[in-house]
Amino acid sequence: MAEFKLRLRRYDPESGEPPYWDEHTIELEPHRSVLEAILQAKGRFDGSIGIRCSCRAAICGSCGVRVNGQPGLACHTHLSEALERSRDGAIEVEPMGNMPVIKDLIVDMDAVHWKKVQSVTPWLLGREPVPEREYLVDREAMVDVTQSMACIQCGACVSDCLAMEVDPEFTGPAALAKAYRFVGDPRDAEHEERLRYLAENEHGLYTCTHCFKCVDACPKDVNPMGQIMRLRRIAGSDHHIEDRNNGYRHEHAFVKNIKRNGLLHEADLLPDSYGGKFHPRAVPELIASLPVALRGMLRGKITPAKALLHPHKASKEVRGIFEKIEAKPERYELNLYVSGTDEDNAPTNAAELTKSGGAA
Amino acid sequence: MPEHDVLIIGAGLAGQRAALAAAREGVSVAIMSKVHPVRSHSVAAAGGINAAISVADDWRSHAYDTVKGSDFLGDQDAIEVMCSEAPGEVMHLEHIGVTFHRNDAGEMDLRAFGGASMKRTAYVADITGQAILHVLYEQLMKHSATVERFEEWFTTSLIIDDSGACVGVVARDIRTGAMETFTAKNVIFASGGAGQCFKPTTNALICTADGIAQAYRAGAPLMDMEMIQYHPTTLAENGFLITEGARGEGAHLLNRDGERFMAKMAPNKMELASRDVVSRAEQIEINEGRGVGPDGRGIYLDITVVPRRRILEALREIVNIGRDFAGVDITREPIIIQPGQHYIMGGVRTDSDGRTPIEGLYAAGEVACVSVHGGNRLGANSLLDTLIFGRRAGEHAAARSRSIAMPAVSDAHLRRDTRMIEEIIARPGNGRRISEIKDELGTTMNQHVAVFREEAGLAQALEVVRRLKEEAQHAQIDDRGTVFNQDVLGAIELGYMIDTAETIVLSALERKESRGAQFRTDYPERDDAQWLKHINVSVNGGGEPAISYSPVTITQWQPEERKY
Repeated sequence: MAEFKLRLRRYDPESGEPPYWDEHTIELEPHRSVLEAILQAKGRFDGSIGIRCSCRAAICGSCGVRVNGQPGLACHTHLSEALERSRDGAIEVEPMGNMPVIKDLIVDMDAVHWKKVQSVTPWLLGREPVPEREYLVDREAMVDVTQSMACIQCGACVSDCLAMEVDPEFTGPAALAKAYRFVGDPRDAEHEERLRYLAENEHGLYTCTHCFKCVDACPKDVNPMGQIMRLRRIAGSDHHIEDRNNGYRHEHAFVKNIKRNGLLHEADLLPDSYGGKFHPRAVPELIASLPVALRGMLRGKITPAKALLHPHKASKEVRGIFEKIEAKPERYELNLYVSGTDEDNAPTNAAELTKSGGAA
Repeated sequence: MPEHDVLIIGAGLAGQRAALAAAREGVSVAIMSKVHPVRSHSVAAAGGINAAISVADDWRSHAYDTVKGSDFLGDQDAIEVMCSEAPGEVMHLEHIGVTFHRNDAGEMDLRAFGGASMKRTAYVADITGQAILHVLYEQLMKHSATVERFEEWFTTSLIIDDSGACVGVVARDIRTGAMETFTAKNVIFASGGAGQCFKPTTNALICTADGIAQAYRAGAPLMDMEMIQYHPTTLAENGFLITEGARGEGAHLLNRDGERFMAKMAPNKMELASRDVVSRAEQIEINEGRGVGPDGRGIYLDITVVPRRRILEALREIVNIGRDFAGVDITREPIIIQPGQHYIMGGVRTDSDGRTPIEGLYAAGEVACVSVHGGNRLGANSLLDTLIFGRRAGEHAAARSRSIAMPAVSDAHLRRDTRMIEEIIARPGNGRRISEIKDELGTTMNQHVAVFREEAGLAQALEVVRRLKEEAQHAQIDDRGTVFNQDVLGAIELGYMIDTAETIVLSALERKESRGAQFRTDYPERDDAQWLKHINVSVNGGGEPAISYSPVTITQWQPEERKY
């Protein structure tokens, strides 16, 4: 048994007072969860501490919070792990971000998270005719969508989504992972319509900035950013959706830029995203970006020489990576449920399995 | 004042299925839950759902396995309904989007499960409950125009009119503290089980017997309450569930000597005997000093015999649980488990349309006792139970609402419950803490009303429960606010749990034989002549609860000796 200092962000909407910090001393083994610590404080000292929780085992998704700055489930964060991130030896628990706080650690998920989920038509639009028995579908496809099905709607990825912080209308990681669950489902009849909607939405598919925050936050290995990238690849490569937000062209310009330069040549990226410096679509965009470029020059971040003459060229190694990936007939899809890890499997003992009554 | 033809309390699988079925009939429907629907405890069901969908299978075989699993206490007419309708229900789930695991031909794959004579468990990795629950919620979002949702509302009581019919509920909006009367032609309880009466339990913190106790207080009889399932594989560390799917995939149970001890109790089915049988075998090993772990209170579950790739694909959740909650890589070493409270076979007595003896009140899912599980539920039959009887209750209630007028309800009940809550909030701060009372309740139940029971222990449990009932009246409250006052809800839930625990202990005392999950060391034999009947408990004014019996329905399977 060890002692921990638990510091909770409290807020009582009825008091008229601003949020404040509340500290309790907790006795628990270090491998116990932050949720257990909060429940001990609530049970022993103060029943008015507000937190949603139910299963205690990271499956119901109720207890999304921030622990020492990192979003996640309170039940899924060990005290020892939280302590490693602590600046001053306290376990500090706050409500999730990007959502309004109702009381203490309880946030309004309906106002943000569920509204966004509702926006992606979150139900199967099944192929017709509906078969008498099950739809016959590829085994691997179902295992694949199980990764996004494993999302427990806890909101941890929404909490720290940087793109949503800048654009609160952004559909966001959880809702887009939910969208992949249908686009990846071979039984769904409207993949293209779904993708077109997400791509054409100016707060949709192409708003994600690849910051990986949601990948780190997710307690269930759903990899929301990975699902977003897969939606983009399917939208662009399989359905050739060239969206009006220029997301598709920007992505291609980015890849070409790296292939050519090895390092990003930012001055080329913008015009390339609009079809090249002299494309009619690029001109107004370039003019609109002039103030940014000027500010950059004033602060010494850009020099005219750097902007016009990018000295770096892609190395042989970089070109090699491109060649290898582009030579593959199929896309690489990284999905833990499908590929697992590369480590070899334990010895198979099929004979014994049957003997044990597995298929009696 | 909201008015609905069908009002459903609880939004797990049974509740959501009932709501969708009733809405399909074109009546007005509302679903209410004290948590957001996807937080419901159905989410934790891991292993799968049973249905005779294989061409080599027959629903009668499923029904027989269920009857045998129930130790012949299950009502066979209801079991026939459940098993014969199972394939259609599972296909329906597949059509609306559940991502069932496939075989190489693209058909639904089936896995082996305890007490089943062949592979008939459809599954989504080991998150089957979650996958189905989330898909049903997708359907609720789709049908949001026809199913009104009251998420994070807490029911405080049923409204029973002068004729004895149920005509609505009183509920509290957890977010604002507002109290409201909900008038309804029909109320369906789908509010889950009573696991929190025990400590430890695999059940979520929300499983506080709310519906069981409210129906009981309103006069509905509770049946088979003594039948408490101890799951054979719960994490010794903290009581979390390790799915039966692990044994379905071939995992072994080992004692201190590395012996597969199930060979002694169930030489044919081994680890895949019924749960009551496996839990008893484990408890015997532990009691006789062949347990493992620091205190010898555990058993090894060895999953390493299952190919690693298969574990990662089909048992991913317990890989996570092992890693995150026990520090064990289950693909490489055995994990220590023990029997733990998991499920209550008993509940509010219903027929196979979900009707309780109170007109207008239905129950479905774990809150109910149809009884399809009798003395012991088979793994992967609970998801099926929730869906089949949830749907049937929804359809029956919808049909009933066409023939009756919307009842008129006074606000007397609202005033009574509002006052009750005000009194709780106004309690002087000198009572015992809610958490302390709840801990004592859970620990006591787990000590005396567990895998093995006997008269003296049960009598002691009853004494403790009755003392706690007194103490709970004055339990201390810290939160005097209205917004998300979880303290006050905790005080009300504590009352629900204690009332329910009392009926469990009374029923266990009453049944003087050993059948299914009830093993009395003082009456170790099954006694069909005396006890092939259901025990019912009802309120009896302010006096001692009334105990009565009801017959077991037998259609085609006569009781016989139960061997695995």
